Amino acid sequence: MTDLPAPLAELIEDFEAVGPKDRLQLLLELSEELPELPERYADADLEQVHECQSPLFLTVEVDGSTPDAPVSLFFKAPREAPTTRGFAGILHTGLDGLPASQVLAVPDDVVFRFGLAEAVSPLRMRGMVAMLSRIKRQIRDKVSG
Amino acid sequence: MPAPRDENPAFAEYAHPERLVSTQWLADRLASPAPDLVVLESDEDVLLYDTGHIPGALKLDWHTDLNDPVTRDYVDGARFAQVMSERGIARDTTVVIYGDKSNWWAAYALWVMTLFGHEDVRLLDGGRAAWQAEGRELTRDVPTVSPVDYPVVERDDAPIRAFRDDVLEHLGKPLVDVRSPGEYSGELLHMPDYPQEGSVRGGHIPGARSVPWARAAQEDGRFKARAELAAIYEQEQGLAASDEVVAYCRIGERSSHTWFVLTHLLGFEHVRNYDGSWTEWGNSVRVPVEQGAPAS
Repeated sequence: MTDLPAPLAELIEDFEAVGPKDRLQLLLELSEELPELPERYADADLEQVHECQSPLFLTVEVDGSTPDAPVSLFFKAPREAPTTRGFAGILHTGLDGLPASQVLAVPDDVVFRFGLAEAVSPLRMRGMVAMLSRIKRQIRDKVSG
Repeated sequence: MPAPRDENPAFAEYAHPERLVSTQWLADRLASPAPDLVVLESDEDVLLYDTGHIPGALKLDWHTDLNDPVTRDYVDGARFAQVMSERGIARDTTVVIYGDKSNWWAAYALWVMTLFGHEDVRLLDGGRAAWQAEGRELTRDVPTVSPVDYPVVERDDAPIRAFRDDVLEHLGKPLVDVRSPGEYSGELLHMPDYPQEGSVRGGHIPGARSVPWARAAQEDGRFKARAELAAIYEQEQGLAASDEVVAYCRIGERSSHTWFVLTHLLGFEHVRNYDGSWTEWGNSVRVPVEQGAPAS
């Protein structure tokens, strides 16, 4: 797990330590901890992640344009879509505030290390894969070289 | 022992009013112990139940409880018996199912239970949204259940389930495509705002009528009155209760809702759900495909 940023690696350990039922409980907690979208994005045109089963919008801020510039992640998802919110919560808890280069280095298949495919079914994992790839693309657009 | 029927006059017009219960009926039944009744919540979102559910209700997940994890098929009789048993459901228990999205997934679960011939399975009219809109109680308490015996019953697919080859033989007879207009015409390969399910071809099965499933539901998620349903499916689309009809969508969930409407509310006797639906048809080699908007 040394290849992953510490907060993300810790989350994976938390999920690995428990069985499928408790993994869903962890996911529910993360969905409830997902921060509200800041006021300045209230009417903004955010990127929609179409691969999610429920509407999920996200945007990325990078404080600077160098690889070590810190990244902030913002998500919007309805309360009636706790799974989608939970996926967003994992990425927020695991990646928010890290340097751009570290987020870009996270392998695309990391979302399958949470043992969630077994608990929620593999088809439902597609949304989280798409969220991560869209986050990384937005960072690439904002960071030069 | 089955639970009594909901004698709600709003249901009396339907062909099989015993297949629906109202929120008030359910609240009344749950006010005292109801050993003859088990309530199941079946949602698209697997965590929604855990955020709060109708007191006493148990979770039934259409993916992990009803679908075989390997083959694209439903679970077998032994697994189904286990799923029922764990929820305290016996063969003669009344099961009421409700869920999100105007009861899509609830109708899907009801249809799968019907494949196994479970006699008394009903929908909560309006589903989760109606219960919530009325400010009724939700809880996070998960009931503890003592398992009961449920027999291992072989699924009987033929009466209400169509496979691809059945649909090929059925061409020329009534088909109902319940997807969105854009999916029907071939312009979209998936529902608006929903994941790409990877169909190679867009369009519809030749001759299919376009009747998006949501036309059967009112704004609040409850079913429309029988006369309104008849106006859509019988008068407008020219279907008759004696017709053999096949309904389909993308993976068979939205068309379960329409299957319920045609079978239990309008009293059609030969309706099959093609659960392979567009994800199978749109990827099958050499099956005929039609594109374009419905003829008006």
